[in-house]
Amino acid sequence: MNEKVNPGTPESFHMENFRRRSRYSIVFLVLLAAFVMITVLNVNTGNVNIPVSRIFRIIFTKAGDVDEVNIIWKIRLPRILMAALLGGALSLSGFLLQTFFSNPIAGPFVLGISSGAKMVVAIVMIFFIGNFGRVSSYVLVAAAFVGSLLATGFILAVSRSVKHMAALLVAGIMIGYICSAVTELIITFADDSDIVNLHGWSQGSFSGMNWSNVAVGAVIVGIGVICVFGLSKPIGAYQLGEAYAQSMGVNVKRFRVLLILFSSILSACVTAFAGPISFVGIAVPFLIKHALHTSKPLVVIPATFFGGSVFVMFCDLVARMAFAPRELNISTVTSIFGAPIVIYMLIRRQKGNM
Amino acid sequence: MAEYYVQTKQLSVGYQGQALIKDININVQKGEIVTLIGPNGAGKSTILKSITRQLALISGRVIFAEKDIQKYSFKELSARMAVVLTERMKPELMTCHDVVATGRYPYTGRLGILSREDEEIVDAAMRSVHAYELGNKDFNAISDGQRQRVLLARAICQEPDMIILDEPTSFLDVRHKLELLSILRDMAKSRNITVIMSLHEIDLAMKISDRIICVKGDHIFRHGKPEEIFEEGMIRDLYEIDKGYFDPLFGSIELPKPVGEAKVMVLSSCGNGIGTYRKLQKLGIPFSAGILYTNDVDHKLARLLAADMIEMQPFEPVSEEAMKAAREKMNFCSMVIDAGLVTGQGNACMRKLLEEAAAAGKLMTEKEFFDTKMSEFVSVK
Repeated sequence: MNEKVNPGTPESFHMENFRRRSRYSIVFLVLLAAFVMITVLNVNTGNVNIPVSRIFRIIFTKAGDVDEVNIIWKIRLPRILMAALLGGALSLSGFLLQTFFSNPIAGPFVLGISSGAKMVVAIVMIFFIGNFGRVSSYVLVAAAFVGSLLATGFILAVSRSVKHMAALLVAGIMIGYICSAVTELIITFADDSDIVNLHGWSQGSFSGMNWSNVAVGAVIVGIGVICVFGLSKPIGAYQLGEAYAQSMGVNVKRFRVLLILFSSILSACVTAFAGPISFVGIAVPFLIKHALHTSKPLVVIPATFFGGSVFVMFCDLVARMAFAPRELNISTVTSIFGAPIVIYMLIRRQKGNM
Repeated sequence: MAEYYVQTKQLSVGYQGQALIKDININVQKGEIVTLIGPNGAGKSTILKSITRQLALISGRVIFAEKDIQKYSFKELSARMAVVLTERMKPELMTCHDVVATGRYPYTGRLGILSREDEEIVDAAMRSVHAYELGNKDFNAISDGQRQRVLLARAICQEPDMIILDEPTSFLDVRHKLELLSILRDMAKSRNITVIMSLHEIDLAMKISDRIICVKGDHIFRHGKPEEIFEEGMIRDLYEIDKGYFDPLFGSIELPKPVGEAKVMVLSSCGNGIGTYRKLQKLGIPFSAGILYTNDVDHKLARLLAADMIEMQPFEPVSEEAMKAAREKMNFCSMVIDAGLVTGQGNACMRKLLEEAAAAGKLMTEKEFFDTKMSEFVSVK
């Protein structure tokens, strides 16, 4: 054992605090820079290229070529904002589930929660479109929420008898398959007019977002994120385990319910608007925690949200541009970037256990 | 009689509505150190978890500072009671300092940000367990013993009135065991903090505790002051020891004595025989010890290890009977070891025994015996 003895002066922790804060600031600055860059790129590129100078004029004054104004204001901006909101929500939802199961491999997609939401949304969508011709965003979010809770409930029931995390993940993947199968079945028997809509959505995509979607998304995600941020203190306690959290004064039962509720609301919102999106919920919190070199919820929560936004906006850009004019599913892109990170995590963990 | 600080009344504890241990009535005064001992799986942890409210009580009540523990909110309780648990935790990317700082949780604001004062308390707590230099290390990268100390520091900076520890000394080496226990002792005596814990080391339990609770089967086997609990038979029953002994005097544990009739006789006094006894025991050679005054340290050990021994009341001259018995033994044994016999006026006649043994060609010093003769006595199976 080579013990590196710290001089142990009272100053050392203040130095440490300073070093930590500098690190946090750098991470946030990098995220901010990436956010601005990707936003500009996202607005700038597409079937119609709009130069950066005109973008700013159009965004801030709404003046300019009518087509360009429409492209930016009606198509690109809502889509970008939605990608940012939902990407953040998804990563945060993953972070909450990881806290809940105290396992970094947990996430709304691998645990089948997104698929559960997808199934209920598909059922509700077909029912509403068949009967009323349209369906409101709120109803879809509510449906996705119910679906998320159903899937989560199932996972929790399994986790009561199976303590092993690997078995739990297998159960999650299985419920994911079951829900996807049911969704496919519904789509197969749906009317032709529904299928086009449903098919694109059930694969995950940010295309066709409008301002009313953005408004609903912003309200739900906004409230969710603020509430989760307010929970950072008990989340920090919970990271030491249930028993210690309780001894620190956390009402563990209530707290666990809150974790599940908020993670379900956040991931439900994503699924309702953009369909299931894979790997973001696992990869982003991992990257952020390691970039910050801490798991302190007070910094990890905002950074995870922000990081998720940047990651998904970037993936959406790739989805739009890689094979333009054909668009890729958002999950295709997030998987390509996210899955290798998850594999890397698994290998690292295995090493750590040995 | 003063009001008890912690009291359990007809408490039954267990899992999923099934009582494992029933009718637990424990009374603890403020500032006392109470230790739960008992065989593995007896339910010591179950009792501790029930007191900390990790487990729901099956029936009965726990009174803490004149109030039913169920009536406390978790928050109220957290400022008064801290825990050190056996569960292995693997916090991600947390330094030891971060882990200790979580102890300040009940005192920080809504977002849990530590004030300067909190930081100082954290530092002081880390110093008090000699873990200050671990501050910047990753909690998952330190040894089990260090981890245990960090967790104790965490509990200390929670500034509790009562601290509950589940087997705090497992994983610790002897130095850190002693350090940890003296820190607890210190907290109990100087700050009047009540300590309730479970220990595996009965010798340490005996030396540190004000009160001992023996848990066995489905009930509290016995409870009381250490001097009431620690007698040989009691411990033998509690742990169902059938191989070896527990010596309550020194709190030491002895392996069983070699079986069979004595083959060698050891003559010693004043504690000089102890080394020889232990060597003979390790080799499995049954021996006879004599003539020992009952207040001799040799006597205390010979009682547990010798196949038989000849003893005398202290400060009396060695009697003729004892000499006779010793001669018989010497004739019976094929070797006599002089392990360092110290004689004075009372036992001067034992010199004669040495002379007689030498005349019979049986006398050897300890060194001679173990260097040359030993192999003849070791029975190879």
